[in-house]
Amino acid sequence: MKPNTPAERLYNGLIKENPTFVMMLGMCPTLAVTTSAMNGLGMGLTTMVVLTMSNMIISLLRKVIPDGVRMPAFIVIVASFVTIVQFLLEGFIPALYSSLGIYIPLIVVNCIILGRAEAYASKNKVVPSIFDGIGMGLGFTLGLTSIGIFREILGAGQIFGFQVMPSSYEPITIFILAPGAFFVLAMLVALQNKLKMKKDPEVKTECGSGCASCTNSACGGKLLNSDK
Amino acid sequence: MKELLIIAIGSAIVNNVVLSQFLGLCPFLGVSKKIETAAGMGGAVIFVLTLSSFVTSLVYSYILVPADLTYLQTIVFILVIAALVQLVEMVLKKMMPALYKSLGVYLPLITTNCAVLGIAIINVQKEYNVLEGTVNGFATAVGFTIAIILMAGLREKIEYNDIPKPFQGMPIVLLTAGLMSIAFFGFSGLI
Repeated sequence: MKPNTPAERLYNGLIKENPTFVMMLGMCPTLAVTTSAMNGLGMGLTTMVVLTMSNMIISLLRKVIPDGVRMPAFIVIVASFVTIVQFLLEGFIPALYSSLGIYIPLIVVNCIILGRAEAYASKNKVVPSIFDGIGMGLGFTLGLTSIGIFREILGAGQIFGFQVMPSSYEPITIFILAPGAFFVLAMLVALQNKLKMKKDPEVKTECGSGCASCTNSACGGKLLNSDK
Repeated sequence: MKELLIIAIGSAIVNNVVLSQFLGLCPFLGVSKKIETAAGMGGAVIFVLTLSSFVTSLVYSYILVPADLTYLQTIVFILVIAALVQLVEMVLKKMMPALYKSLGVYLPLITTNCAVLGIAIINVQKEYNVLEGTVNGFATAVGFTIAIILMAGLREKIEYNDIPKPFQGMPIVLLTAGLMSIAFFGFSGLI
């Protein structure tokens, strides 16, 4: 596939660099809101809207924003869109707004968004940047929804609120509580390590351990360095 | 006084910031390999979170509310926090080089720590005044420190265990965090 075409960007976000399953980015919302499939889907789509809009604006402004203050500028752009989306959700989907709670304003510090702004939108034209946002956002939605479905089936015997398990099934409530999030993610990373090892037996699993935090710290480091 | 104590115990132990609210998970997983570094990170978080919840509460109650600009809270808070961390770093470097040496490396990591912004927003949502907000920030940071030091202690022991290869690194840490999270449920009857 040719690089930077819309189709390639969508494929990249959904499969090749999937933010949840491959890059392991944005772990705080991934753990916190996936108590049900609906919440996962809502959070994923909300993040996608913010990501797409901020990618578009940042790409449009990429020649205007001076390099020295780009990180603060990106943060202001992202925070503005988060605020707008927050009010739209509060007005039109109040049920989702109250179940996502403080994790909506916290989209600002989601590393996927600043990461894409820094790595892609600030260097590329508008149309590919928009599709990059949509692709990454869909990838994140896919990750959150599938974790949400998994936890909802085990923890409540339902998918999107519909009963799927037979009534004899006793729900394992812990899976929709906080510890369940840790267990599900642990299994997911272990599975990922297993697949990596199949491809390359010498792979160091230890690397996978720090990635989520490294990327986050990288964001913080860049933010501060750019201020100087 | 009683209300403050309830806020403090609630945020530090019962609703532990990492183990039940998933805020500040990134440093919790990233810098918990050794007790020493975990304690350093905890110290830095206590310092910054107390200061930032004090400043954001002040900004909210004395600037945003009188000017009727509360809808700008997310933007204002994130900028205030980023500037504050930067300022703290510069002040520490000049005035207290010894403290800077021990906390300095952790400071840049804190800006993107979602706990800092999270607590500022929680303070607003729960309508805490400046004093209550500051106590809440301090207590939350203490809870974070308790969790990260416990985790570092466990991880130092885990190092010597024979763990299946796919579970080495992050998965075993997450499983441990899950078990700790169950243990912290035991405190829920406290308040």
